[in-house]
Amino acid sequence: MSDVKTPSKLEKVLASGHQAVTSECGPPRGSDAGEIRNKAEMIRDHVDAVNITDNQTSVTRLCSLASCIHLKSMGIEPVLQMVVRDRNRIALQSDILGAASFDICNILCLSGDHQAFGDNAQGQNVFDIDSMQLIQTVRRMRDEGRFLGGDEIHRPPRMFVGAAANPFADPFEIRVPRLAKKVAAGAEFIQTQCIYNLEKFEQWMAQARDRGLHEKVAILAGVTPLKSAGMAKYMKNRVPGMDVPDEVVKRMSGVAKEKQAQEGIDICVETIQRLKEVEGVRGFHVMAIEWEQKVPEIVERSGLHPRPELD
Amino acid sequence: MRLQYPGSVRIVSVPCTGKVDLIHIMRAFEKGADGVYVLGCMEGECRYESGNLRARKRVDKARDLLERIGIGGERVAMYNLSSSEAPRFVAYAREMTERIKKLGPNPIKATSKKHKAAGAGAA
Amino acid sequence: MIVAKPKPVEEVIESVSGFDRILLVGCNECVTVCEAGGRKEVGVLASALRMHFMNQGRNVQIDEVTLERQCDREYLEEIRNRIDQYGAVLSLACGVGVQFMAETYFQTPVLPGVDTCFMGVTEERGLWSERCQGCGQCVLARTGGICPVSRCAKRLFNGPCGGSTRGKCELSKDLECAWQLIIDRLTELGRLDDYEELAPIKDWSTERAGGPRRVEREDVRQ
Repeated sequence: MSDVKTPSKLEKVLASGHQAVTSECGPPRGSDAGEIRNKAEMIRDHVDAVNITDNQTSVTRLCSLASCIHLKSMGIEPVLQMVVRDRNRIALQSDILGAASFDICNILCLSGDHQAFGDNAQGQNVFDIDSMQLIQTVRRMRDEGRFLGGDEIHRPPRMFVGAAANPFADPFEIRVPRLAKKVAAGAEFIQTQCIYNLEKFEQWMAQARDRGLHEKVAILAGVTPLKSAGMAKYMKNRVPGMDVPDEVVKRMSGVAKEKQAQEGIDICVETIQRLKEVEGVRGFHVMAIEWEQKVPEIVERSGLHPRPELD
Repeated sequence: MRLQYPGSVRIVSVPCTGKVDLIHIMRAFEKGADGVYVLGCMEGECRYESGNLRARKRVDKARDLLERIGIGGERVAMYNLSSSEAPRFVAYAREMTERIKKLGPNPIKATSKKHKAAGAGAA
Repeated sequence: MIVAKPKPVEEVIESVSGFDRILLVGCNECVTVCEAGGRKEVGVLASALRMHFMNQGRNVQIDEVTLERQCDREYLEEIRNRIDQYGAVLSLACGVGVQFMAETYFQTPVLPGVDTCFMGVTEERGLWSERCQGCGQCVLARTGGICPVSRCAKRLFNGPCGGSTRGKCELSKDLECAWQLIIDRLTELGRLDDYEELAPIKDWSTERAGGPRRVEREDVRQ
């Protein structure tokens, strides 16, 4: 594992050839760190790293950086999610250094949902740089040891740099070029949007392989267990950029209400099992939204447990 | 056919209701009209294609504005009829006159001494 | 052009209600084209205000004038000889005109009659949409002639984001995704390969971020 560039456990797991498992926790809408600790505690033995969302859907929450610090103090490896919606380049670089000072060594660079969806729809947004440029910024800070302004950084951040990819958003013809762009910007791992349309995802992966992108970046397939038929319909119809095929909605609706949660987990496990065989899928990002307690079951049944012990 | 329509209605002729602008309706009220209605051709039968549709939008706008400034939106209306329908012409004139009688005089006349003609119509 | 929309009449009434003599001043440029503050709109608003105050039993003098422009001193001068007759000016020009009027007639309260919205186009009568935010450093050559600053809700330079669905922005089904438009146009121009060029981080100092801006050109200055 001589080619790792950071102290990131996630990077090491991937470099050692294992399929990685990450999950994510949303911070609370209050200052009780216990909530984030409890969520993380439920999944700590079943994942390599835990993403902490950054005011997802633009709803104000306890900040990602502080939550990551809580995880770090528990000995859990965090992935700092950072959106460019709320901070300009000064604040972004400053927070990256803040995270680095706690030896947080994974970052996921995102645009962020528009604030119109959140609890402060009348607020300003920043978008000083975009997610692609945030990737470049972190890489520059790490690899060149320089700020965007050109000045040298004393003790540069050592971060494994990730980005999101949505294989399902439109226009489909630029989905792979867009991935290529993120790779060119410096992304080292990718966590995808939740996958329900396996055919479309496999088509995207095939195109990515055609360009050799799967060798340049570690693609973690995103999965989210559906809790109910209602959630399936909501995701299908209401969540931008989400592709839930009719068969999935039908399958969820086809079982009794009290059994739908289990059906959702079954679908999730089957998805992972099928995608494990897809060349270029280097791991999974299990996003069990406010359902962290189910992550162990999903990971175990998918044959991804125990997680490798590396040092 | 000699049909009687209310004498309080004053007719202002225009070549097409599309000629009626918001300002004409406003000025009529400013000069003391108690109500204004626009009589246009049947929808879809405008000789200039959309004159009567434009008029309807302006009438709607006038209703909204007059309501907001406290004069009363109900004092404005638009009716459509064919040129040969004299009985309907009379019916609309009566209907509008009745409506305005119920609403009472243009409120600005209570404060300004300018009592002008009671109504103005356009066809 | 600069696109504005009329303020609700109630708001205008409230802002002018403390004055007995008011001059409504229209502008013959952009706000005339977008039917918010030209001669016609001045006439209708003046009439509405007169009736409103008459109805309240108040004798308020409301006069009307429409200037060729309110963003040039020479046209603002046209009302200098009568400005002292009025307690306030209600300008139906864009925010630029309102301010220049206020600067020109320092002792007269100048109130806005329209809400200034954006620089945009008339897509059709009654429908205007934004095209430019005046960032001071045009990038249209790189983006197929479609502006990511003014037309992408996140002003992404390397879009689209994951929220683009069937060509529409995640904000609204009525809003085109700027990056879909850019990609469509690059495709049409046979330049889709340009899409993969990473757009450099933008210098926003020429935009609002750099503070109030001015353009100074010695070649045309007198």
